[in-house]
Amino acid sequence: MTFLTYLISGLALGSVYAIIALGYTMVYGIAKMLNFAHGDIIMAGGYVAFFAFTKFGLPPVLSIILSIIFCTILGVVIERLAYKPLRQASSLSVLITAIGVSYFLQNSAQIMFGSDTKIFPALLTEGSLKLFNGQLTISYLTIITIVTCIIIMIGLTMFINKTKIGKAMRACAEDKGAAQLMGINVDTTISITFAIGSGLAAIAAVLLCSTYPSLSPTLGSMPGIKAFTAAVFGGIGSIPGALLGGLLLGVIENLTKAYISTQLSDAIVFAVLIIVLLIKPTGLLGKKENVKV
Amino acid sequence: MNPVLEVKNLGIDFGGLTAVNNLNLVVNENEIVGLIGPNGAGKTTVFNMLTKVYQPSRGEIYLDGKSTEKMDTVQVNMAGIARTFQNIRLFGNLSVIDNVKVAMNNHHKYSVADAIFHTGKRNNNEKQITKKAEDLLEIFNLLDKKDIEASSLPYGAQRRLEIARALATDPKVLLLDEPAAGMNPQETDELMQTIRFVRDKFNICVLLIEHDMSLVMNICERIYVLNYGTLLAKGSPDDIKNDPKVIKAYLGD
Amino acid sequence: MKNFMNNLFGKKNRGRTFSFLMVIAVYIFVEVLTHSFRVSRLFTSLLVPTCCYIVLGLSLNLVVGFSGELSLGHAGFMAVGAFSAVVVSGLTSSIIANDIIRLIISIIAGSIISGLFGLIISVPVLKLSGDYLAIVTLAFGQIIKSIINNIYLGYDANGMQFSFVTNTLNLENGKMLLSGPMGATDTAKISNFTSGSILILITLFILYSLINSKYGRAIMAARDNRIAAESIGINVSKTKTLAFVTSAVLAGASGALYALNYSTLQPAKFDFNTSILVLVYVVFGGLGNINGTIIATTILYILPELLRSLQDYRMLIYAIVLIVVMQMTNSSKLKQFVESIRNKFFKKGEKA
Repeated sequence: MTFLTYLISGLALGSVYAIIALGYTMVYGIAKMLNFAHGDIIMAGGYVAFFAFTKFGLPPVLSIILSIIFCTILGVVIERLAYKPLRQASSLSVLITAIGVSYFLQNSAQIMFGSDTKIFPALLTEGSLKLFNGQLTISYLTIITIVTCIIIMIGLTMFINKTKIGKAMRACAEDKGAAQLMGINVDTTISITFAIGSGLAAIAAVLLCSTYPSLSPTLGSMPGIKAFTAAVFGGIGSIPGALLGGLLLGVIENLTKAYISTQLSDAIVFAVLIIVLLIKPTGLLGKKENVKV
Repeated sequence: MNPVLEVKNLGIDFGGLTAVNNLNLVVNENEIVGLIGPNGAGKTTVFNMLTKVYQPSRGEIYLDGKSTEKMDTVQVNMAGIARTFQNIRLFGNLSVIDNVKVAMNNHHKYSVADAIFHTGKRNNNEKQITKKAEDLLEIFNLLDKKDIEASSLPYGAQRRLEIARALATDPKVLLLDEPAAGMNPQETDELMQTIRFVRDKFNICVLLIEHDMSLVMNICERIYVLNYGTLLAKGSPDDIKNDPKVIKAYLGD
Repeated sequence: MKNFMNNLFGKKNRGRTFSFLMVIAVYIFVEVLTHSFRVSRLFTSLLVPTCCYIVLGLSLNLVVGFSGELSLGHAGFMAVGAFSAVVVSGLTSSIIANDIIRLIISIIAGSIISGLFGLIISVPVLKLSGDYLAIVTLAFGQIIKSIINNIYLGYDANGMQFSFVTNTLNLENGKMLLSGPMGATDTAKISNFTSGSILILITLFILYSLINSKYGRAIMAARDNRIAAESIGINVSKTKTLAFVTSAVLAGASGALYALNYSTLQPAKFDFNTSILVLVYVVFGGLGNINGTIIATTILYILPELLRSLQDYRMLIYAIVLIVVMQMTNSSKLKQFVESIRNKFFKKGEKA
């Protein structure tokens, strides 16, 4: 039963990683860039939700919606100001810019809110579900996290496959030049991608901060790196891959913490990643790209 | 005449689609042989199989009577097959002369330690490499441009540099993929003379893919015609010119 | 004689000569400055780390600039070199009394062990490329950091003791060399600005020798066009391995020098941020540009330190500098603008 408890909490952590990884993978798929500032959007989302709830006394749902709106706008603004002018630049220039944006967000937060850790309130729910005569306890938060992830995945998959914008996104991911010739507005499509990814980051922020209720300017760094790892793990650019990668990463991390060693869990997670990439060089669900000679 | 390159029943499938099938082809010592055919006939695919960029699905390739079955691209080149590319693949950020020098790595051996400590062995080898590279550039009329970046060369010069680079690996067979593409008639003329010249000077044989029929008919001693991945005809330029099957394949019905 | 001059100042070798002269000139300048004037402690404390980061930047440039592979875990190699050197220096402190010899032995040990790790990481290098390789180097850096975080190593009269994850060492009057997340404590500070400058010169010598050899040409050819490189008989995997291992050796040396400049050093110092920081230096200096790396590292490492009086705002300013410079170097409009201003000034100059 304890194994099941760890497994389920691992799935919950993995769900959060998956939601963040979606942002990475969508942006990578379309803009072909590693958005290192993605983790810091989570941090921004956390702070907005925190202040909306504690300082302005907004109800939880409104706080979350406000956080989503803020992050969506933040994501689009960052894309427009920092990344859009670099569309033709080398991928390393874009990477350095993303690092700059990441430092910028972290240090702005530090100046505005201080570097001390704030306690995130129980925004969503407390209490837990007891099963098998109390042998298995699952907190409602865990359930909410997993369910949210499932809803997002289904919603996003339908959006990408059924809607016009979704089709435009897939077209841009395949070939930006050709998409433009077909009358697709590439800039708008990329902006929408950033908007969705950043909105999801806000949701991830609330879930993450509710599970680990401490808020600091560097909050997003580690989940950001982990989610990026998850995205690569599943095959970067692939949406089901992000889900699979996120869930696996969360489960592996939680199980190693429980059964092997807390201190070594990071090392083990990353070692598993390396082994997976050695066996499947483009991730679990990634496509192999063929070079034409 | 001894066959240098011999291809028997060569074929390759890409996910159920047969790109090349049942190809038999021989290139003899000192010969210049043409491989022609309409677009999409599978000519470049043949080159890619010969150089093991693609692994053939069927058939055998022999170089000097030895099968290349177990070799990869690097080993095939070391065994004596060198090539150029249809879409030019130079080392764009390297200087013109370095593009040629780097192709001599397997013939001039000195260790990393030699390189770091500038030993006599290293210096001697480097001198020889430089000399050989300059000789090759001279042949291809590129010596005065030796220090500029390869990517800033004009198109025709880039094609010539690719041939010089391939020759620097000291091959037995030289595979040229559309060497005259994008060249004007005068450049093409000069290229033909250069190809003949290097064939005689380095005592090699040449297999070339080309769309410029005047070049092919002029320079090639024998010609193979590929259509839809299979051999349509082979023979001397005159035979090919008058072959009704070939005319039909090129012009349609 | 003419040949000799050409070797030094010929068009091809000018950059190399400039590198060496620049380092030597700065060294002499700083030495004169520190010996004849009272300089702030902040200034002297920055000297050795600047040397270390220059060496690390040069080593990373070999991978990113010359070999064309992104590495996000170079701090890992630095960490391996650093803590290996701490251990070697600590263990030999009673045997080798001479600080300079001990420093040299420690740096060599750090480089070799780091090189071995470079060899290990080349296994995935042979199989992966692009962003997938980048993430493996990132993972490698994280693994190294978290392993060193869990090593407890010490010695006493009875010999060496080692434990992993939990500290079970039972030393009698002994000395801890590595104490898990606390890292190295009470290390003898034996590196100095002179040794740092010499290490830069050695690094430059190795880099230039390698680049101007058949190996350097192969490394750059494999970067420019992998398929063409294979078609002329270059074993791309071996070539990239050489670049990675050489880079790891140099990064290890830089770590060794760094560690022996502080009495305490925590593994957390060598995290992802450090790897990224050095990548920023390399990109700023220009990929494959050795002098660029030296200059960019010096400026970008010292800049935030000079801005210390601005406290919280310094990293914010640093971030803005990063973004703005990237926008400027890549903006065609801005380039035209700068060009037009330059033209105006030149024309004015001509009239006057």
